[in-house]
Amino acid sequence: MLIKLSGGTVYDPVHGINGEQRDIYIRDGQITRRPAATVDIDKTYDLKGKVIMAGAIDMHTHIGGGKVNIARMMLPEDHRQDLVSRTPLTRSGCGHAAPSTLTAGYRYVEMGYTACFEPAMLPANARQAHMEMADTPIVDKGAYAMLGSDDFFLRMLAAKKDQEAIADYVGWIINATQALAIKVVNPGGISAFKFNQRKLDLDEKNEYYGTTPRDIIKCLARAVNELGVPHPLHVHGCNLGVPGNVQTTLDTINSVEGLPLHLTHTQFHSYGTEGDRQFSSGAAEIAEAVNANPNISIDVGQVLFGQTVTASGDTMRQYAGHWHAHPKKWVLMDIECDAGCGVVPFKYRDKNFVNALQWAIGLELFLLVNDPWRIFLTTDHPNGAPFTSYPHLIRLLMDRSFRNDMLSTINKDAAASSVLGSIDREYSLYDIAIMTRAAPARSLGLKNRGHLGSGSIADITVYNNVKNREKMFEKPLYVFKDGELVAKNGKIVKVTTGGTHVLKPEYDKSIERSLKSYFDKYQTIKLGNFKIDDDEIVEHGNGHIIVQPCT
Amino acid sequence: MKTKQSLAKVQKDVPCPFCSIHCDDLVIQNQSGKLKVKENGCPISVERFERPLAQSTPAINGKTATLDEAISQAAGIFKKSVEPLIAGLGTDVGGMRSVMELADKTGSIIDHMHHDGAARNMLVLQDLGWVMTTMGEIRNRAELIIFAGTDASNYPRFYERVVWNEQSMFNYDTAKRDIVYIGENLDTSRGKSPTGKKPTHLKCPQDEISEVISVLHALVGGNKTQKKDEIAGIKMAHLEKLAEQMKNTRYGVIVWAPGELDFPHAELTIQNFCEITKYLNRETRFAGFFLGGNDGGMSANNVSAWQSGFPLRVNFSKGYPEHDLQKYATANVLKNKEADALLWISSFNPEIKPPHAKIPTIVLATADTKLDFKPDVFIPVSTPGVDHSGQMIRTDSVVSLPLKQLRNSDNPSVKEVVRRIVELV
Repeated sequence: MLIKLSGGTVYDPVHGINGEQRDIYIRDGQITRRPAATVDIDKTYDLKGKVIMAGAIDMHTHIGGGKVNIARMMLPEDHRQDLVSRTPLTRSGCGHAAPSTLTAGYRYVEMGYTACFEPAMLPANARQAHMEMADTPIVDKGAYAMLGSDDFFLRMLAAKKDQEAIADYVGWIINATQALAIKVVNPGGISAFKFNQRKLDLDEKNEYYGTTPRDIIKCLARAVNELGVPHPLHVHGCNLGVPGNVQTTLDTINSVEGLPLHLTHTQFHSYGTEGDRQFSSGAAEIAEAVNANPNISIDVGQVLFGQTVTASGDTMRQYAGHWHAHPKKWVLMDIECDAGCGVVPFKYRDKNFVNALQWAIGLELFLLVNDPWRIFLTTDHPNGAPFTSYPHLIRLLMDRSFRNDMLSTINKDAAASSVLGSIDREYSLYDIAIMTRAAPARSLGLKNRGHLGSGSIADITVYNNVKNREKMFEKPLYVFKDGELVAKNGKIVKVTTGGTHVLKPEYDKSIERSLKSYFDKYQTIKLGNFKIDDDEIVEHGNGHIIVQPCT
Repeated sequence: MKTKQSLAKVQKDVPCPFCSIHCDDLVIQNQSGKLKVKENGCPISVERFERPLAQSTPAINGKTATLDEAISQAAGIFKKSVEPLIAGLGTDVGGMRSVMELADKTGSIIDHMHHDGAARNMLVLQDLGWVMTTMGEIRNRAELIIFAGTDASNYPRFYERVVWNEQSMFNYDTAKRDIVYIGENLDTSRGKSPTGKKPTHLKCPQDEISEVISVLHALVGGNKTQKKDEIAGIKMAHLEKLAEQMKNTRYGVIVWAPGELDFPHAELTIQNFCEITKYLNRETRFAGFFLGGNDGGMSANNVSAWQSGFPLRVNFSKGYPEHDLQKYATANVLKNKEADALLWISSFNPEIKPPHAKIPTIVLATADTKLDFKPDVFIPVSTPGVDHSGQMIRTDSVVSLPLKQLRNSDNPSVKEVVRRIVELV
């Protein structure tokens, strides 16, 4: 089957193509060179005037695993407002804050996304995270294993084990849990909270292990680097949501001394203490630091107004935030001396000073960080807003007058204390193609995704070029996944199974000896049963494994 | 599914599917198809694993049929039905995934056989939320464990694995743990530490535990209570002592078994556990833990939540999922004659019998299940974790186990049978 996408306007930043008219050919799920004139083309799509990009990639979205399922169970009233009926092609489910896996897969695809990554897979809960991801249709998935509050790592760090042994453990975890990268959440803080510590600054010691978040970040960032994991250590820093945490974030950037680092949902970590309410934007300082440090990338975790649910591994900060739960119910879990989770429903209000300023801070970050290759479009779904709000967010970035109209409706004091109104920058389609395709693919080490070059997987989105960018990005004209047409005019036309991206870094296998005795002594599961086989991911027939190479 | 493969004679680290704490250290020998638990068994696992593989064939109205005929008959029942009920749901994650597909396609109601207990928990989760912990945290961290209305004896190795474990991560002497029981008819003998430290037992009727917890909540909050010598038969001085223990522990846990709190509005008792736990976390660390979800209950509830967006007791008849913890309970649906066909699934425990509803009934059960009536269709199914591999989710709803195949069985899995029905309806 040879398909021709004829005459569309192509945005392919990996190849420097910025809105040029090009033909694209698809054969056997891949993009291929222009065939000889004698070769028959099976199907041609006339795409003159249409915009073509690679399929979009969400590199930080909570789509699977225990905490998301707790959110689903806890919020029937939210789901009842967005029930999704079965069709001859698609299964029923529900959407909004914590959608069912099936609905999440369909809606991502209907929005032009072809891959999404669960950033907080607890090793103890990895098997369930993979089961949920496998039940998320069409899109490709992958997950970052969460380390940094797990007892095995903390005791190695406290005992000053050599860096190589720690890297072996990190490599073992990636293999055992079928992960693509490593994330750290409130480094050591989830553990500290179990010892009843209520805050943990970058240089504050965990009272049992004596380790500091700075030690943990440095050590894990090095290990990830040494193992050749393409994606830098993915950091949810200390002091999430705490006014004044801008300094923590700046110190975190400096802590790694040039090693690659990805700071996630940075909006929640860019707060100053100025003004009458002692809550102010630190976005300009963060953006300046990001601009000055090419080893740093961020995603924003944009807040958009309305009801959502916050689901995080950061039990310490979720406990602190539970007073603001809306509706007034919340869950906290301590998990297996490994990590934890907190699920707190939340309603962001545009007339509330803090929420409105959070909205503005996120947008300031987007607009003040110069390099779209190092800033990714996320709402930290569902923490800042459900992922279905991305088209609205894209319009905010691309359309200054729309942005300023919105700015005029939010809390007046918040609007007055933000520099947002004075920023003229508008994202171009090329910028959007970078930050939602090319850059996340590059950051995650997905070499044949996120671009439209020959040999790349044919994950392609075709948009109507509509002036209202929200409308444009809401319902793409066509979405191709692995070369198959899966959505048309924002509706699923074919349901396929996606793959799971994993990494299999090399490590010294002898670490399993000490791990085995550790598991036997302390854990409630055996080492062999903790590890997830490839078979387990593929045997239900709803997924396959895509092994990505290490660098 | 892997069948008829050559299986190792002795398998180690075998996860047990038969209760929801899913011990995974069993050593099981397969001698010509007969299984023997060589190490780390308990009365439940030994009895279930060592049952001989029963021979049985599919049947239609009590008459032997082929598997194809039985599946086709079952599909016919679904096709004629306006409102089917799929209940029991004694299966693993794979079986449940197929059930979800069938329920969605046929507009069925789904409910699990043990969900009366789980529903009490779900009501609290949906109204208040909770602070919970897992087996690994209890094992390594708990200093005070309060068993409220349960003695955990339905989970025989709970004490061995997470209460009286010899080693713990933080050099904590587990034998010093304070164990407290609240409730009646509880066997407190296992609460005695290996060094002889005795547990405290505060005896009261099950339906008065709530009152006891309320008073404890008032005490830990420093509030005044009416001057009474005793509450629910427990001396006030004992409650004052326990309140102090709860405030002063570094990590306390309240354990309950929602299925064992079997009286009207027991969810309010669970709500009390969760409220006091949340309150205690203002100063110290305290968490809840529940024991429940046997026969695949945890797996069924979780799969339902991720695939439909709602925990169990879901009705798909309108084409989208509707969730109601009371309305879609098996007993209510049958009593109110809301279903016109029943698919009953029970692949772990031959003692569990399907309800005898006077509607067309399909039973997928282990081959040695003794039925009190002749269902329209009976299909003997294999058992996950014995006859085929799979996954199950533990009672803490965090850890899931990879089940192993230990012997070859001719009976199909629930996943396989239900999938074939899906193809025909």
